[in-house]
Amino acid sequence: MDYEYDLAVIGAGPGGYVGAIRAAQLGKKVCVIERDKAGGVCLNIGCIPSKSLIHQAEVFSSISHLEKIGVRVDASGFDYSVVQAESRKAADALSRGVQFLLKKNKVDYIEGTAVITGEHEVSIDGTRKVAADNIMIASGSRPRELPGFEFDGTAVMNSTDALMMKTLPGSMIILGAGAIGCEFAHIMSAFGVEIHLVEMLEHILPAEDADTAQILARSFKKRKIRMYPGTRASAPKKEKGMVLLEIEDKKGKRSLEAETLLVVVGRVPNTEELGLENVGITTEKGFIPVGDYYRTSVESIYAVGDVVSSPLLAHVAAKEAEIAVEHMSGSGDEIRIDPTMIPTAVYTEPEVAGFGLTEEEAVKQGHEVTSAVFPYRGAGKSVAIGKTEGQVKIIYNPKTSEILGSRIVGTQATDLIHELLLARRSELLTEDISRMIHAHPTLSEAIMEAARTAEGWAIHV
Amino acid sequence: MAEKMLMLALSPTMEEGTIISWSKKEGDTVAAGDIVCEVETDKATMDYESLQAGTILKILVQEGNSARVEQAIAIVGESGENIDDLLKEITKAASEPAVGETSGGETAVRETAPGADVAREAAPAAAAARETAPGANIAGETTPAAAVREPAGKERLKASPLARNMAAEAGIDLSVLNGSGPDGRIVKQDVETVMEHGVPFRSAPGISSTAGTAAVERGTAFGSGSATGIVEEHIPVSRKRAVIARRLAESKFSAPHYYLGLSVLIDNVLESRDRLNSRRAKGEEPKLSLNAFLIKMTAEAIKRHPIVNAGWEESEIHVFGSVDIGLAVALEDGLITPIVRNCGAKGIIQIDRELRELIRKAKSGKLTPEEYTGATFSISNLGSYGIEEFTAIINPPASAILAVGTAVKQPKELEDGSIKFHNTMKITLSCDHRVIDGAVGAEFLRTLKAVIEDPLNALL
Repeated sequence: MDYEYDLAVIGAGPGGYVGAIRAAQLGKKVCVIERDKAGGVCLNIGCIPSKSLIHQAEVFSSISHLEKIGVRVDASGFDYSVVQAESRKAADALSRGVQFLLKKNKVDYIEGTAVITGEHEVSIDGTRKVAADNIMIASGSRPRELPGFEFDGTAVMNSTDALMMKTLPGSMIILGAGAIGCEFAHIMSAFGVEIHLVEMLEHILPAEDADTAQILARSFKKRKIRMYPGTRASAPKKEKGMVLLEIEDKKGKRSLEAETLLVVVGRVPNTEELGLENVGITTEKGFIPVGDYYRTSVESIYAVGDVVSSPLLAHVAAKEAEIAVEHMSGSGDEIRIDPTMIPTAVYTEPEVAGFGLTEEEAVKQGHEVTSAVFPYRGAGKSVAIGKTEGQVKIIYNPKTSEILGSRIVGTQATDLIHELLLARRSELLTEDISRMIHAHPTLSEAIMEAARTAEGWAIHV
Repeated sequence: MAEKMLMLALSPTMEEGTIISWSKKEGDTVAAGDIVCEVETDKATMDYESLQAGTILKILVQEGNSARVEQAIAIVGESGENIDDLLKEITKAASEPAVGETSGGETAVRETAPGADVAREAAPAAAAARETAPGANIAGETTPAAAVREPAGKERLKASPLARNMAAEAGIDLSVLNGSGPDGRIVKQDVETVMEHGVPFRSAPGISSTAGTAAVERGTAFGSGSATGIVEEHIPVSRKRAVIARRLAESKFSAPHYYLGLSVLIDNVLESRDRLNSRRAKGEEPKLSLNAFLIKMTAEAIKRHPIVNAGWEESEIHVFGSVDIGLAVALEDGLITPIVRNCGAKGIIQIDRELRELIRKAKSGKLTPEEYTGATFSISNLGSYGIEEFTAIINPPASAILAVGTAVKQPKELEDGSIKFHNTMKITLSCDHRVIDGAVGAEFLRTLKAVIEDPLNALL
């Protein structure tokens, strides 16, 4: 049957716009429907503006170094609103870039809120309808709101509020020490905000190995970020422009006070208002169940990104969209993302990056596993640039030397991780990395040395 | 530092050896000179003596599998040493098929693939049954996804390092796998599939091991129902058999054979032997064999006709400086010619002693290559089978072989008209005409006859 479009994409975030462009490349007639801004959370209120803030935070932090070398910096004119505006510029530029790319690829960009009204039909704002052979849901997610912690935009904030903040608070409690919580702790403390970082689980970055998280925790501690792992919080009270938070750990109850409370305890998928019930798709804990190629229970409808229960990461959404779209076109041979091939990145200083099982998970799952660790300090470059905190850890099977995963914590970890990920994907062994020449001096040498540690002959330890 | 224990050329003609048994296991310590395993070479089963000392860290070639000369069969080093590097190196070497070895892939599959044993046994019957069991081909199509392809030959084998490593560990020849990775690259999953499902035996292409088993059952049923008791079989050629076939065909086809036969009286020899043996009976030593006498007498005759003890080497005739006589010994699975060296300089008793030891070793497959290669003359004695006369094929590098028949009593009329029975024996000399002309061979044979009939002639 002939429809107006081959593919209608709901959401122009990293899943939606990438999928739309890929489909267009494969010769499809595509429209993408977006209720907010092209680029989605990632570009507008996520990865991109936060990276802009992180960069500026690091520039600001270098004041102390400049003073050490005799450059006196007059910070009296410091204006955080300019910092924030810079981050908006980056976000806006990229958002326009996405619109440009869509246009260039002849993807129709439709502003409005989409509701699925049939297996091949999407209604936009209830005013018009588009018909498409396939529909791809890429409507993303939003910050999770806890009962009693309702966001008010100023005293109790979510990540979007924090990104939009034009003035810095004197103090901030961050509830949730996952990647987002740690990044905000990093940014805010760099600009001089007093930070209290509260985490319910045993350590900050609970998804990472304890020893990896430990390195970041040590760095945070030096920077006077107060951390409260293994701590529960009860609903905050707002008094005289301050937020009071009662917390409880093994030692007992305490209360924390700060100007603002940032709640970053995960994200929930945007699936409630999609009209899934119109086509008989039911969700599980809000997520849309998908089979191979990210196809839903309705043959013509696919779902990718944060609305399915894979890691809520922009690069995962984009890859899933590519797989789905290629399948629709009959051109792809990938079925699903291998979760052990997904890199994760935390843009703190030091950075944290990794992929594959953590050592703890691998052991728990009964894998034969061991790890080789090499400290950043052993790579001359880290000493030269004064960033010696950190380590490269390779988790591997001692029998076959297969690289099962890796965790890097340290400066530039988020870029460094890809050498190891490429090795895993290509089924290279620790030996292959250990024998490859790495330029000197680079931080990558730490990866080579970690591989040599696995092979039993690291030089610089 | 761990090092490879290599398959050695245990005989000059050996290209490949099969490990019959390991007398050491992983974790055992070995000293130089210790016997670590038994190896079946092209001719014999030999003890492999370690040239290295240390701990056996890994056995790479399991019992029943074979290795080319210079291929690693084990890793020796210090206990607890990391041998991953070495293993990888070995895997790399193994995954590059030897040049000129067209059947390399097949050999390797047969010898190393898990599950291949079943297939191997099944293969002959399966091949036979294929014509009568059309279902077998259909069944063949159900072969697991890791389909086997033709051996890669000299083309570069694309396989991930991990796949190579795992294949080496599991003893799988990568060259027969189909890669599912980018551009046909063999990846971990392909190796895992094969580890799980096995590789079908290649000489029965298209027949999975399941089909093979069915065919065997069918074959067995035909066999047991057969009135004659004769079962059609395709017996794989043992290495030993292959060498015998090659060498004898080479000799018979390249050396122009001719034969000289005559009858010799052996009363004197038999009588002397009895006399000597009756004397020796008091002692511990067993009786002297007729073959020891024949070897000594032949050596004496050769001394008088050295050209019979020579080899054709295309541009020259090599007259050997020592009379090294090989005696053909029948074995269950072939034959072998252990050699008594320098017979001209040894007495009958010494020859007999050496011969007995050599035969004992030959029967147990323990001859070392220098004990069976390079005979300058050979004797084949089928007398014990009642064979009166026969011709033998020359055993290179020698140019002549003496075929000895059974002792036969021949009546002879004496001058007084009475009849006396003499023990006679037919001897037939096969000569390589390129080295030994008819008259020369005849002269030699006449001398030999004279020595046998009256050993005193050897003293003249």
